[in-house]
Amino acid sequence: MLHSPVLRSVKLGVKSLLLHKLRSLLTTLGVLFGVSSVVAMLAIGEGASEEAQEQIKQLGSQNVILRSVKPPEDTVSNQSTRVSNYGLTHLDFERISETLPWVKRAVPVRELQQEVRVEQRKLNPRVMATTPDYIEVTGRMMGEGRFISERDEELVSNVCVLDHEVARFLFPFETPLGKRVKIDADYFTVVGTLLPRTRTSDDPAAAGTSVTGEVLIPRLTGQRWFGDLQVKVRSGSREMEEVQLHEIIAEIDAPENVAHAAAAAREMLKRNHKQQDYEVVVPLELLARAEETKRIFNIVLGSIAGISLLVGGIGIMNVMLATVTERTREIGIRRALGAKRRHIIMQFLVEAVVLSVGGGLLGILLGLAIPWFVTWYADLRTIVTPEAPALAFGVSVGIGLVFGLYPAWRAATMDPVEALRHE
Amino acid sequence: MPAVAILKDVSRVYTMGNTVVRALNGFSFEFGQGEYWAIMGSSGSGKSTLLNILGCIDRPTSGSYQVRGQEMATLDDDELSELRGLHIGFVFQSFNLIPQLNVLENILVPLFYQEDPPADGEERAAMLADRVGLGDRLDHRPLELSGGQQQRVAIARSLINDPALILADEPTGNLDTQTTSEILDLLDELHDEGKTILLVTHEADVGARAQSILHLKDGHIDDVAHNRPRP
Ligand SMILES: Nc1ncnc2c1ncn2[C@@H]1O[C@H](COP(=O)(O)OP(=O)(O)O)[C@@H](O)[C@H]1O
Ligand SMILES: [Mg+2]
Repeated sequence: MLHSPVLRSVKLGVKSLLLHKLRSLLTTLGVLFGVSSVVAMLAIGEGASEEAQEQIKQLGSQNVILRSVKPPEDTVSNQSTRVSNYGLTHLDFERISETLPWVKRAVPVRELQQEVRVEQRKLNPRVMATTPDYIEVTGRMMGEGRFISERDEELVSNVCVLDHEVARFLFPFETPLGKRVKIDADYFTVVGTLLPRTRTSDDPAAAGTSVTGEVLIPRLTGQRWFGDLQVKVRSGSREMEEVQLHEIIAEIDAPENVAHAAAAAREMLKRNHKQQDYEVVVPLELLARAEETKRIFNIVLGSIAGISLLVGGIGIMNVMLATVTERTREIGIRRALGAKRRHIIMQFLVEAVVLSVGGGLLGILLGLAIPWFVTWYADLRTIVTPEAPALAFGVSVGIGLVFGLYPAWRAATMDPVEALRHE
Repeated sequence: MPAVAILKDVSRVYTMGNTVVRALNGFSFEFGQGEYWAIMGSSGSGKSTLLNILGCIDRPTSGSYQVRGQEMATLDDDELSELRGLHIGFVFQSFNLIPQLNVLENILVPLFYQEDPPADGEERAAMLADRVGLGDRLDHRPLELSGGQQQRVAIARSLINDPALILADEPTGNLDTQTTSEILDLLDELHDEGKTILLVTHEADVGARAQSILHLKDGHIDDVAHNRPRP
């Protein structure tokens, strides 16, 4: 019992706090909420950041992606023929890849709604006609075989590359390499398969795209067999769409030029399109947007944390001042029996720290529950790093020390005779 | 007998507004080792003030106080605290036990603050509790004890550091006649063992139990008397 003064102080602190359970609990609420906000803030921020990083990796951090977007119905649809004609053109592609500065290379993507089948198995994946550079520009990884080659383009060969999902579905028991699949009315030889993306994600930029699977064919082959006109059957009515390119992915020579290139591309498209039938997606801007979201989150939760911790600290100070007054006589007794000022300081400081660390530990528990709830409820990714609870713990120790110091000092500088005469 | 406490021309002056109270006024005296003094006098005559200075929880306004050969004026707050913890035993009128601590822990408090506490502190505390008749109440809280029992715990606490001076300010003031004589019997025993005891009281029959009586009046010595030795 005599051995560790700190341990004895902690024991004594806990004991005297338990004498006023409700008061102690209420006092710790401020620290509790403050600390839980800190933990939650870090977890949500970390999750958002990682989400953005991943998304950018998937889209290519040095890429600018142009997409065709169907403009509002009445402005395009020619009522008599019911052909809607919109989106990016082959000409756009040429301008982007030839005349836009900073563009290292660009790949066109044309999407075809076609049925793909092998014997009885059939599927409606995204059939994408593109050029050999696609694989490198998007950073996707080959599984087996090879990607579409220059030679495939020259020969306009009927070859195709299947993504992981399609390959698994059409050829569950064998390698698809060298096998033939039927796309619409024509047969294509499978020359390669793609590995799955790192995450078939909730990435808004690629929403609903990867779930149905992808089949890639050479650009010119696509043009030869399927033309530019597509027939869509939507809610019973036939509808025709003429879209030359669905996507142009431009790879920029250096990260610092991405913003310039994106601006130039926007400018160029604006000049050449009568309507807003395209969008420009810049992964780096997504990162900036994610950072911005994270920043706003940090400001909001940081303010909550700061205010709660301040209020919590003041609450602790208040309760400790009350405790010191209530225990004035005890302080006098201890001083008469040999306690130095620092012993008294330590006793009350430890008590304040026990109080705020108690709140801090409960706060950490709540702070771990909030990200879990956010993930479950809002489907936001959250990551609790080990540093977060450690930081929160440190913060609560600090709050106890800072706000406990004045009451402890008051206790220690009391005159022993006065203190003994108290009450 | 060598002197434990030597006071020379000690004054303690309280100034409140423009009234000046001389609680001690040019007080000089020597308390010898092993002596048992009753300090008597009417209310406000300066008894508690004297005892507080003797116990080093208060400082004289002027004059010199030497305790165990050390001049108090040369010691700072920490050194005085240490001196109290090592050499002074306090017994108060209102017992002044710490309510959160049990009997054993209360007896041990002075050792908590010693730089180098004895290794056998707990055994000694238990022995002292036994000695004052509370060996079977070690884990009781003060509020679970009667006044007489609490005062006996306080006496055990004042003995844990084997003090040079035991200072008791009206220790029987809150007790009935029966427990008063029990406590006084205990002080007699301590005196017989050679302890130096200074006991403040305003009751003549309590004062009569001491070896000698120091009468105070208006902060200085009014009379010194010696009781007939006990049979
Ligand atoms: N803190 C104080 N402030 C002002 N006056 C005091 C203080 N303490 C004691 N006194 C005065 O000093 C005188 C002696 O007090 P005290 O030593 O307590 O007397 P006793 O114990 O003999 O009754 C009294 O007149 C008292 O009012
Ligand atoms: Mg008095």
